[in-house]
Amino acid sequence: MTTVDRAVRDTVGAPVRRADGMPKVRGEFAFSSDLDAPGMLWGATVRSPHPHARVLRIDASAATAMNGVRAVLTHHDIPGANRFGLERRDQPVLAAGLVRYAGEPVAIVAADDPVTASRAAKAIVVEYDVLEPLTDPEEALRGAGPELHEGGNIVAHRRIRKGSGIPEADVVVTGTYEVGMQDQAFLGPESCLAVPGGDGGIDLLCSTQWLHIDRDQLCDVLALPEDKVRLTLSGVGGAFGGREDLSVQAHACLLALRLGRPVKMVYDREESFAGHVHRHPAWLEYEHGATKEGKLVYVKARILLDGGAYASTSHAVTGNAGCFAAGPYEVPVVHVDSYSVYTNNPPCGAMRGFGAVQACFGYESQMDKLAAALELDPVELRLRNAVRTGSAMATGQRIHGPAPVAELLTRVRDMPLPGEPDVLRPGGTGNTTDGEGVRRGVGYGVSVKNICKSLGYDDYGTARVRLAVAGGEPVVSVHTAAAEVGQGLVTVQAQIARTELGVDEVTVVPADTAVGDAGTSSASRQTWVSGGAVKAACDAVREAVLVAAASVCGEPAADLRLEEGHLASAATGRTWRLADVLGDRVIDETRVYRHRETFPLDPETGQGDGHVAFAFAAHRAVVDVDVDLGLVRVVEIACAEDVGRAMNPPAVEGQMHGGIAQGLGLALMEEIQVEGGLIRNPSFTDYLIPTTLDMPAVKLDILELPRDDSPYGLTGVGEPSLLSCPAAVVAAIRDATGVDVTRIPVRPDALATTVEAGRGDPL
Amino acid sequence: MKLCCTVNGEWCALDDVAGSESLLRLLRERLRLPGTKNACEQGECGSCTVYVDGESVCSCLVAAGQVDGSDIVTVEGLADGADAHPVQEAFVSAGAVQCGFCTPGLVVAAHALLARTPDPTDAELREALAGNLCRCTGYEKIFDAVRIAAGKTEAT
Repeated sequence: MTTVDRAVRDTVGAPVRRADGMPKVRGEFAFSSDLDAPGMLWGATVRSPHPHARVLRIDASAATAMNGVRAVLTHHDIPGANRFGLERRDQPVLAAGLVRYAGEPVAIVAADDPVTASRAAKAIVVEYDVLEPLTDPEEALRGAGPELHEGGNIVAHRRIRKGSGIPEADVVVTGTYEVGMQDQAFLGPESCLAVPGGDGGIDLLCSTQWLHIDRDQLCDVLALPEDKVRLTLSGVGGAFGGREDLSVQAHACLLALRLGRPVKMVYDREESFAGHVHRHPAWLEYEHGATKEGKLVYVKARILLDGGAYASTSHAVTGNAGCFAAGPYEVPVVHVDSYSVYTNNPPCGAMRGFGAVQACFGYESQMDKLAAALELDPVELRLRNAVRTGSAMATGQRIHGPAPVAELLTRVRDMPLPGEPDVLRPGGTGNTTDGEGVRRGVGYGVSVKNICKSLGYDDYGTARVRLAVAGGEPVVSVHTAAAEVGQGLVTVQAQIARTELGVDEVTVVPADTAVGDAGTSSASRQTWVSGGAVKAACDAVREAVLVAAASVCGEPAADLRLEEGHLASAATGRTWRLADVLGDRVIDETRVYRHRETFPLDPETGQGDGHVAFAFAAHRAVVDVDVDLGLVRVVEIACAEDVGRAMNPPAVEGQMHGGIAQGLGLALMEEIQVEGGLIRNPSFTDYLIPTTLDMPAVKLDILELPRDDSPYGLTGVGEPSLLSCPAAVVAAIRDATGVDVTRIPVRPDALATTVEAGRGDPL
Repeated sequence: MKLCCTVNGEWCALDDVAGSESLLRLLRERLRLPGTKNACEQGECGSCTVYVDGESVCSCLVAAGQVDGSDIVTVEGLADGADAHPVQEAFVSAGAVQCGFCTPGLVVAAHALLARTPDPTDAELREALAGNLCRCTGYEKIFDAVRIAAGKTEAT
């Protein structure tokens, strides 16, 4: 008999160091752009410079004659379907006739080195018949302009009709708002290494958010069965939604299979802006009606999203914008139409917040306007209308689980305000003011978003957990296809295994398609769903251990417990080392986890039980605005969020910090400038993301109100911290300046010129 | 051209270096030192920060030909064998690493900051790291890491 002498470390809820932290700080962690293989070639892409054109002729003779060029492929060289796409396979792998956006791939080339590949791509002559681009989403919605895809230019329309008819209201406020096109701007460029297998198949190491959906699309493009298209996740340099769609994957596989040699592809920054989808720009029209006591009576909204040239996830983004158009408020009557359309602008799809961000800027701007009309404090108005557990959302769905909107808002309101002056003034190190013309403002925002996949999607995760003895100690390996994109998933999976099996030594093996589907690392779902699968597989392993132990220990399985590397009998108090009981036995279990079922919404009314869970956040922003120059310095962001259970508290904080930074970027600086379908700022020189000088002090308040329907009571934490950050920043700017800001990102001229024109509140 | 330099203490003699080749490409593709990252090649993101003769620079902006005879230290050269440099250790203990793509550049930039200003104020810290973009962390825990490495706070 032995005694249990120490607790297992790094379990669920403990602050755990990242397993991949040390290799990353030493520069030893292999990102997909760091890979190489013997005999490797480099791929490059020929892209259309026109947003709308017919490809008349492709002349690759000069390129193929170049020393070191191995192949040039066009759509004629695709063995399977020349189509991919997440919701609709509407996007060609290589344009076959029509190009629908500037940057669309037309041909690919492989060469001995990256310089030659890039030169060869430039030497390929493509003759185009240039067509008039459709770049105005309103025109597309009206049916004006060319039909870009069969079936018309409306990708999706979500109708929400809650309650009957628009009732009378004491106070009515209307507003129109606009959200610019944001980029995920992950730092690790799109890249992969495709290695032809000896069996006619392909092994692909790549950066992605969802290995299996990549594989399914690649199987169709390459005309290969599933067992011949094997994907392994390599190091992913950030994702934020921008790695849900295919980019380099199909192109590299086509070249590698054609040439029988490994092919690597890496985009540079400019190509990356063309190589992934962006956040949908949005135009929002709102009307809010309320009683004179400040209770919402109705919300009407019309939201238009520009989906660009291909569908990507536009359908789901449109659904989210519609479902959350009224925000986390109790509203008896909600009347919403949200649309997304095809245009010849860059394709838009998933980005952190996924439709809920755009809507939030609209409804929170409206709540401030309503508060002003009612002469009510903006926080008070929100508190009077905040949803709680059991409230009906705009879809009629009753909120199951915690809905602490009022508490979150009260918490950020009650945090002490920052002192003056801030460490930096507006204009930062530009030193543009000594404080004259600087006004301080405070603003609030609250938000809601769905967690996990919605509307009847069969969403699941798979995990394989193996327990054996190595070197005299029990060791566990965890295998899923879930994508670590920086959020800390690998660490959480190990924490779960340690917690459930009481074993210190846990290895999370690389994610690949040799194990079942994990679903996507998006929708704030992966810790919930793949975490749930790991827990379920651990439960199965534990049960198998107890059954095996019963005969070894001579006690019934029901009396045995697995804890801290030991088995213990509740009946006799005896304990055994797990390693001794296992001997050379290997226990290997695979389990699938599903969250509870959801259902499609009624197509006419948008009513239904469509979502698994709702997550909420509240923000308070404090800003200093130099009203002479229109420059904004965010002094502080306070954010309160309910996370259910903080699985790894520093990682939760990290998610919140990062979401706040991206929200601040959307509020003030980040916008892809598109003119005539062309991206004008595809570089970090001209597309600005927040730096250390842009970020304010950040205060976090993390609530842990456990859910009863998720592993450990957790809820998703990837997105909420972004949602109402822009709305709060803009509310603070309005508070500081009196200027009715209606568009994000807020440009200096929106503040300075309005002040000059006398519509604001100058000194 | 022919080029000689010291990289992480090792003498390198290189032939056929193109005039257009950057130090970044030389490190990553020729010397197979991929720790130094390529995220923009315009000197905007700092992911490729290395030391050239004791000064931290964006290696994407340095022509390979300029480092003939120079002493170069990359992120791979900061640790003492198996022992991570205290700045590296601080980044891990502070939780300053998420996707990690910006991390090598930030580690070198923070290392350089502390070499010249061992006890930076928060304002100095923000200004010194303003050339290094991070898209995941919002910088909060990176500031924590530098404070830990500077001995201002304890690791949690």
